[in-house]
Amino acid sequence: MSTYTSATDADRRAMLDAIGVDSIEALFADIPAALRLDRGLDLPAGLSEQEVYAHLRALAARNVSTEDEISFLGAGMYDAYVPALIDSIILRSEFLTPYTPYQPEISQGGLQVMFEYQTAISELTGLPVSNASVYEGPSAVGAAGYLAKLTNGRPRVLASRGVHPHSRETLTTLSHGYGQTVEEIPLKDGVTDIEALKSALADDVSAVVLQQPNFLGSVEDVAALTAAAKEHGALVICACDPVPLGILQPPGEQGVDIAVGEGQTLGNRLDFGGPSFGFFAAAQEHIRRMPGRIAGETTDVDGRRGFVLTLQTREQHIRREKATSNICTAQALNALAGVIYLSWLGRDGLVELGELLVQRTAYARERLAQIDGVELLHEAPVVREFAVALDAPVGAVVERLVSEGINPGYMLATDYPEYENGLLIAITEQRSRAQIDRLAEALERALVAERAATVGAGAGAQA
Amino acid sequence: MSATVPTQPVEGLPMQRDEIKTIYERSVEGRRAFAAPPLDVPVKPLDELIPAALRRSTPAQLPQVSEPEIVRHYNRLSKRNFDLDTGFYPLGSCTMKHNPKLHERVAGLPGNARLHPLQDPARAQGALELMHGLQESLGEIAGMPHVSLQPSAGSHGELAGLLLTRAYHEDRGEQRTKVLTPDTAHGTNPATVTMAGYEVVKVGTNADGGVDVDDLRAKADDSVACLMLTNPNTLGVFDPQIEEIARIVHGVGATLYYDGANLNAIMGITRPGDMGFDIVHFNLHKSFTQPHGGGGPGAGPIAVSDRIAPYLPRPQVVKREDGTFDLEHDIPKSIGKLRGFQGNYGVFVRSYAYIRSLGAEGLREASEIAVLNANYLLALLRRAGVAEYLPAAFDRLCMHEFVLSGAPMKRDLGIRTLDLAKRLLDHGVHPPTVYFPLLVDEALLLEPTETETKETLDHFADVIAEILAEAKADPEIARNAPYTTPVRRLDEAGAAKKPVIRQPL
Repeated sequence: MSTYTSATDADRRAMLDAIGVDSIEALFADIPAALRLDRGLDLPAGLSEQEVYAHLRALAARNVSTEDEISFLGAGMYDAYVPALIDSIILRSEFLTPYTPYQPEISQGGLQVMFEYQTAISELTGLPVSNASVYEGPSAVGAAGYLAKLTNGRPRVLASRGVHPHSRETLTTLSHGYGQTVEEIPLKDGVTDIEALKSALADDVSAVVLQQPNFLGSVEDVAALTAAAKEHGALVICACDPVPLGILQPPGEQGVDIAVGEGQTLGNRLDFGGPSFGFFAAAQEHIRRMPGRIAGETTDVDGRRGFVLTLQTREQHIRREKATSNICTAQALNALAGVIYLSWLGRDGLVELGELLVQRTAYARERLAQIDGVELLHEAPVVREFAVALDAPVGAVVERLVSEGINPGYMLATDYPEYENGLLIAITEQRSRAQIDRLAEALERALVAERAATVGAGAGAQA
Repeated sequence: MSATVPTQPVEGLPMQRDEIKTIYERSVEGRRAFAAPPLDVPVKPLDELIPAALRRSTPAQLPQVSEPEIVRHYNRLSKRNFDLDTGFYPLGSCTMKHNPKLHERVAGLPGNARLHPLQDPARAQGALELMHGLQESLGEIAGMPHVSLQPSAGSHGELAGLLLTRAYHEDRGEQRTKVLTPDTAHGTNPATVTMAGYEVVKVGTNADGGVDVDDLRAKADDSVACLMLTNPNTLGVFDPQIEEIARIVHGVGATLYYDGANLNAIMGITRPGDMGFDIVHFNLHKSFTQPHGGGGPGAGPIAVSDRIAPYLPRPQVVKREDGTFDLEHDIPKSIGKLRGFQGNYGVFVRSYAYIRSLGAEGLREASEIAVLNANYLLALLRRAGVAEYLPAAFDRLCMHEFVLSGAPMKRDLGIRTLDLAKRLLDHGVHPPTVYFPLLVDEALLLEPTETETKETLDHFADVIAEILAEAKADPEIARNAPYTTPVRRLDEAGAAKKPVIRQPL
């Protein structure tokens, strides 16, 4: 057992003497006796460091990670490669262990990182104003909805069914608090049904929420959807996958007001879902309604360049109930990983990575579509993810592939009952052609086997 | 200004004072770090795959830099940060305790770091067992059995708490409109109230630093949904009236919310559930050692009482009768999701490791020493030469943190709390939280935590005395401090007036 404390018995005596009490117990005199816990906490006894390590290692060994199988799981987080230089930098105590930079004179490192990060996000999204991070992707969508509510106060929000189910549910949860209702716009041919959007739009719509590429992997015509929303003065919120933004038209050029997204693939680990970071960028007119920290450039009394947290009159510690958000601790370290990653990719690398994903995904899509029993769910353009429908029970097929060391993807019916045997397949730069071929071969075998099993079972039933 | 202005740090470690270009200013056409893996599939013209109209016409202007340049850039930038591993960080209400180094190792195990959040629960049993274990431990510490790990930070936990409160009342057919918060509350409390669609009503503070119970009684009625409270509160005072407060709040049918930012004072000593609270959030990046990362990541799990449990966010981590662990999505009255997936699992690993290291006795000892250290530091600052300028806001024992007022210092020495804070920087010490709580004029909020040594506290008190003595001789020195930091006082007003928040490229 360790408490990471250093107080010796002699220290304790000297300190109690200085305080003028005779026991540590006396320091808790304000807590009424009836409220004192008269027993020890019912927790396992403390362990030595090596015992804790052994225990944690044993637990971790019971997880099947992307190091243990060939994984095509995506659906919001991806098995992207994290370059080694990120670990080496973010484990530096000067980045790992400070608090939020409330004292800018001794926090220039972190503040400049925020400024560099904001610049990168602004470049990616084509929007001039970025904050220094929010929690993660789906809650960033929720935060964007709140900004729309603050901006126009209208009661309705329209969210495409192509928006990540977690984002839609988070938006619904949060908006119930501040008094907006979320309605869904259906998909047609794999993309948001623009006619359905147009008929749902009216002057009481606060915001339209899109995702690029959408949950089925499709590249949306965001500009056309945005134009429809603007006819009714609604704001447009677009949740974007950041790596594809290296090759796709940036939301800022499409008229989008607020671009948000999940930053995990920018140098952050899967970590079973977090911590990662969310990014949040907006048009200039929203600068004083933004949530979260924003770093700004300024000068010190000697005229030297420096950075500070700025526009703090938006924030909870200054404005309290009039703040534009309640966010305090966000994801600074994960955003640092993000800006290191984007610097590592560089201007050309971001494009090359995007094109690699497009080509490998196109190959995988075509390869799988040739298999008897596999149909594409849609023909829309895709970047890193695509959806298929199987002619056999998807759960059973997935089990067969898993037993061969391949995790073929996400079963769509979990969130989309209309795609009963749908499978969402993600390709990352870590999935080679050879692995894609293995997936295709295993999937073909599994479908044949599943058909045979069904026929066999049918025959058995008849006999 | 005095002629004796220091230019070298009085003590502590020198930081990087050279101005550092941004990563964009280091960019040189043609440089790169990234080598793409081979394009091992038949290549098609991009136009066939994604129409040109949907594509980008000009690349994002990311920097062009080599790996050695990136490493040197960020390493040099890191040397412009002060950090907890380097020096004392008594930032009140932030619980800047030591971050055990084991935790980075276990969080980085591939079975954790490379585990996909949508992995079949049957093949993520270790992760789910860890989360379940953490839920059980936090529930026991809070004295409330039902835990959701999902919220990402304290303020996210607060929002969860008020949305749970709303669901609870709505389920009973009630529409309540107000939430009470003490005037000493953390800023996140009132901000959260607004985001959750409620109206803030402030409750006053009595002469002892506790809730003004008469004011509470006058404001508590059936339009009140919740009282949000921190106990010990931001004045470092444990409010002994808590049972009475709970009676009043429950008497009008409202919920009682515990802001767990100050939990470090009471682990294993008293429990929010036993005090009558319905909902508590934990800041895993405070009491439970997640490194703060310069502004996150953190995590803000919540624990709730039986009557709030049906509304918890989904999914819930559960243990099935056969001993396996699972994610339960079928929670009919759930408020829904607050974010994607299951929460900040990497943070859970660190906090779980901490709780397993300390065990019940260790957690209690941590709180005891945290309170001992705070009271010792308070006692040291009651010395002559300090107490007359920086009196304690409340003349009594404190819990894990305490508040001083710089009002006499401002009046008698002509330096403000801000000046004292800035002069501390020259001594290699992070200043306390300043100008909070709002209730105290020129406030300083100090929280030393249990992991600091007696020598560190002695030294800090000496430094405070020295700065005050120096100010008595020449207040200009503090007024113009700091001198030795990477930059000196910055023009914050100018930054806000004409915001430059990205680099033009």
